[in-house]
Amino acid sequence: MTHVTLRLALGLSLATGISSAALAQEIDTHRLPPKKVEFSFEGPFGTYDRAALQRGFQVYKEVCGACHVLQHVAFHNLDEKGGPGFTEAQAKAIAAGYKIPAEPNDKGETTDENGERLTRPGILADYFPNPFANENAARANNSGSLPPDLSMIVRARQGGPQYVYSILTGFHEKVPHGFKVTKDKYFNPYFEGWNIGMPEPLHPDSVTYSDGTKATVEQEAHDVVTFLAWASDPKMEERKQMGMAVLLFLVVFAGILFAAKRKLWADVH
Amino acid sequence: MSGPSTYTPNSGFEKWLDQRLPLPRLMHDTVRTYPTPKNLNFWYVFGGILTFCLAVQIVSGIVLAMHYKPDSTLAFSSVEKIMREVNYGWLIRYIHSNGASMFFLAVYIHMFRGLYYGSYKAPRELIWIIGVLIYLLMTATAFFGYVLPWGQMSFWGATVITNFFTAIPVVGGHIATWLWGDFAVGDATLNRFFSLHYLLPFVIAAVVGLHIWALHVPGNNNPLGIDVKSPQDTVPFHPYYTVKDAFYLVLFIIFFAVFVFYAPEFFGNPDNAIEANPLVTPADIVPEWYLLPFYAILRSIPNKLLGVIALGAAILILAFIPWLDTSRVRSCRFRPTMKWLFWFFAADCLILGYCGSQPVDATIAGISLVWIARLGAIYYFGFFFPIMPLVGLFETPKPLPASISQPVLGE
Repeated sequence: MTHVTLRLALGLSLATGISSAALAQEIDTHRLPPKKVEFSFEGPFGTYDRAALQRGFQVYKEVCGACHVLQHVAFHNLDEKGGPGFTEAQAKAIAAGYKIPAEPNDKGETTDENGERLTRPGILADYFPNPFANENAARANNSGSLPPDLSMIVRARQGGPQYVYSILTGFHEKVPHGFKVTKDKYFNPYFEGWNIGMPEPLHPDSVTYSDGTKATVEQEAHDVVTFLAWASDPKMEERKQMGMAVLLFLVVFAGILFAAKRKLWADVH
Repeated sequence: MSGPSTYTPNSGFEKWLDQRLPLPRLMHDTVRTYPTPKNLNFWYVFGGILTFCLAVQIVSGIVLAMHYKPDSTLAFSSVEKIMREVNYGWLIRYIHSNGASMFFLAVYIHMFRGLYYGSYKAPRELIWIIGVLIYLLMTATAFFGYVLPWGQMSFWGATVITNFFTAIPVVGGHIATWLWGDFAVGDATLNRFFSLHYLLPFVIAAVVGLHIWALHVPGNNNPLGIDVKSPQDTVPFHPYYTVKDAFYLVLFIIFFAVFVFYAPEFFGNPDNAIEANPLVTPADIVPEWYLLPFYAILRSIPNKLLGVIALGAAILILAFIPWLDTSRVRSCRFRPTMKWLFWFFAADCLILGYCGSQPVDATIAGISLVWIARLGAIYYFGFFFPIMPLVGLFETPKPLPASISQPVLGE
């Protein structure tokens, strides 16, 4: 087992790219605890803030979507109950704005005469397309780093929404003395190992909100995290609502059974 | 089943059926009149709860299997399709994934109850041994099931656990290759794990049938651990225990529902929301909570083969308890020494579970958790041998009541 553990530990240090310089100087490069920030969807009654979802979608589309796929989200999810609350017509328009790799044409071709991939406008049944053709193309465009799928990011990270928010807003912390940022990496102490492959994605006025909300970095991060939390857990509102009805029924049912049990057992000595 | 049947067929059809296939007689004697000690307390409701858990897992699992694809390139996204596109798929999946944890929670309470009240002692040895077999089948089923979503923890958990077999001298590597159907955990492994995950619950259901059959011959043990002396000591199972069990079952479902609806990922691991990637190892590979004490025992031993042997022995030793316990008294209520050692054992299992959940190099107040786990493992095995046989020989038990009715009347 020790053998296995050692192998795993080695794999880990290679995988997360903890810089050997940092290890040599014995700086603790474990990630900082996420910032304490509150979201509307927390707690047993929490729901997604509809306006924040729509603003967050705008941030995803105009900023994050340049590199990150939203693999498990389909365009028809955008007009579903408990989601960002777009109308069907809006969702269709959003879908049509994306280029989807086309099915083979009637000559069986998938590329045009220049070798470019044939595309068609998206429809509601389509999923968000990958901005890169494959993993190699994604890495080649990002100095070797692979931008992860964002449709699961909130569920796939310890710390959830607070963690993602901290990453997005954590690029301006002071670099501790003696810590050297690796080439092609950026300093972010909320990221394990402190070297992150993603350059600072959000800036003031990265997007222009149509509802007049001021687009500060904090606002953009908060909005896009709300959107990504929904993308990770689109059935949350339905789940919490059903939970209330189920629990109410069960508590009443338990009360009836308790009364029945008491009456029945009253004569047993 | 214990004692002569009291069934009388009421209609011509029931008479006709009774002479050919006496199913109504079986149900009548098993559920309706089965004489049950009247002093069973709260801790005896978990048998019924476990039957419910098995049924829930089978029914929800069959529905999930209608939408799941056991293919290493499709498995992960088919699970996400269930969560997002299938009608109430999220509900069925969360019932199934949390249901596994509820199943183990209930089975552990059930096992500790049997241990405390001496329900494994003559004439109930076979009930206990069949129970250990059910527990073994449950852990295998749960392990196979955890691999199916094909997330990072699924893949690496499967890799670590199947690698145990490579510890076997000479043939270990061949056995692992045979289990994988490949030279590493991969598509072939996923496919066969799905097949076995679908098969084993029905095997469990059959063995549960034996467990209940073996229970109904000597009848239930009870918190006093003394035999039923007269009909005054018992009540018919229905309606007394059907209603009591139903009440506690609904309380259990409330507890279950809180997780399903409000903390569905509580027992989950964020790494399993990342698709399996053989090239990226997660920082900490942790098994599901219900296997953590055994994982701690495994890790506390620096030799791989000995660690795997200890892991297996920790479960198999349970089957020998009926003969390791030399006491003539069943219930710990009347065993002043054993009672304390039992609670130390329960605490020891929790401590081992905590050690198993932490990274290998973790410390608490400057003490390495590996060393705490070593002490914990020593007590774990020490509790069964030599503590159990020796305490049984030297302990002076408290006087036993004359009958089940007597102390109840005395109160």
